[in-house]
Amino acid sequence: MELAIGIILGCCALGAGMAMIAGIGPGIGEGNAVASACEAIGRQPESKGSVTTTMLMGCAIAETTGLYALVIAILLIFVAPNLLVDILVETIKAL
Amino acid sequence: MNTKSLRFKITDAFYIAMMIIPIVFGIVLKVVTTPPSEGISITGALVYFSIPMPLQDFLITESQVNSAIAFIVILFFCLYITHGLSEKAELKRQHIAEFIVEKVAALVEENMGDYFKGFTPFIIAILALSGVSSLLTLFGLYPPTSDINIVGGWAVLVFILITYYKMKCGPLHYLKAFGDPVPFLAPLNIISEVATPLSMAFRHYGNVLSGSVISVLLGAALGGLSSMVLGWLPGFLADIPLFRIGIPAVLSVYFDIFSGCLQAFIFAMLTMLYVAGGFPLEEYMNRKAKKEKTRKCVTNK
Repeated sequence: MELAIGIILGCCALGAGMAMIAGIGPGIGEGNAVASACEAIGRQPESKGSVTTTMLMGCAIAETTGLYALVIAILLIFVAPNLLVDILVETIKAL
Repeated sequence: MNTKSLRFKITDAFYIAMMIIPIVFGIVLKVVTTPPSEGISITGALVYFSIPMPLQDFLITESQVNSAIAFIVILFFCLYITHGLSEKAELKRQHIAEFIVEKVAALVEENMGDYFKGFTPFIIAILALSGVSSLLTLFGLYPPTSDINIVGGWAVLVFILITYYKMKCGPLHYLKAFGDPVPFLAPLNIISEVATPLSMAFRHYGNVLSGSVISVLLGAALGGLSSMVLGWLPGFLADIPLFRIGIPAVLSVYFDIFSGCLQAFIFAMLTMLYVAGGFPLEEYMNRKAKKEKTRKCVTNK
């Protein structure tokens, strides 16, 4: 029983850590976006306002995949262990 | 001319008080109801009470109460800022109100075009609601936007709007749009249609929630660090987490103020883009012109 619960907790933590690997993608993407925005502002300083707005929009959209991973990681850490342990206890009781 | 009447002043004071009282009420409610806990804890919204319902219990949670607080604060802020409007703009607050409305109207017109001019109040409402809800963290309250149920509700509302404007040319035109490049891709189009509200809700909620989680983790880490480094100090000095002073505030400027306002802006911006992008304006105008032509023919006969 303890072993099973330990395996559940450990695997949830491992899964949460692995899910956050998805954070790499948005990091690279947003870095590219900001670099290009800086270039654009350097070339045309008068268009700073619209470039900044567009860049923030783009960053927010590029962030979405990272946030999906974050939501899954949070669910794995805070919600999944309770749920899975409950299921385990119920199955053992039923046997 | 400059002197305000007593009645005007009393109304002003009433509005300001009504902006402050809900926040104080929220803080008191939070202090009274939060269960005592040791160390750090990251929990969802507290459930105050539940009303039994046939399918599922209807829960009154912290996030609902706090969003009600946000409604009241916004309502009385608007009443205060538009109190004593006049053509000559004698009061300073009228300039602020005009500034806000003009800015958002310009934003809406730039992003959505002339046809959607009437969308300005809706966009201002989204901006204000989302912004104030996120900024409630500054008073130590639970931000309603870090609860997916609240943000999911807004996203569903936006999805209904998008679908309504796509349906304007009739349901047949709406269904035809799904097989747009090739009919073979229809399942993918349906998935991307469903993903729109989902990603909007997740984006807003994930940003605000990750900010508060990171703040809590940093606070705990600094507390532990200061008890490790400064634990040798005599008496009560050892119990005070000195490292917690100041450092989390810098993070809070980013996560609470900047991120909260930015997410409000992005939610409003995406609403505008999706609604305006989904609406087939040319087709609608063609249909309208055709309809008027036939009506004219019928009336002439």
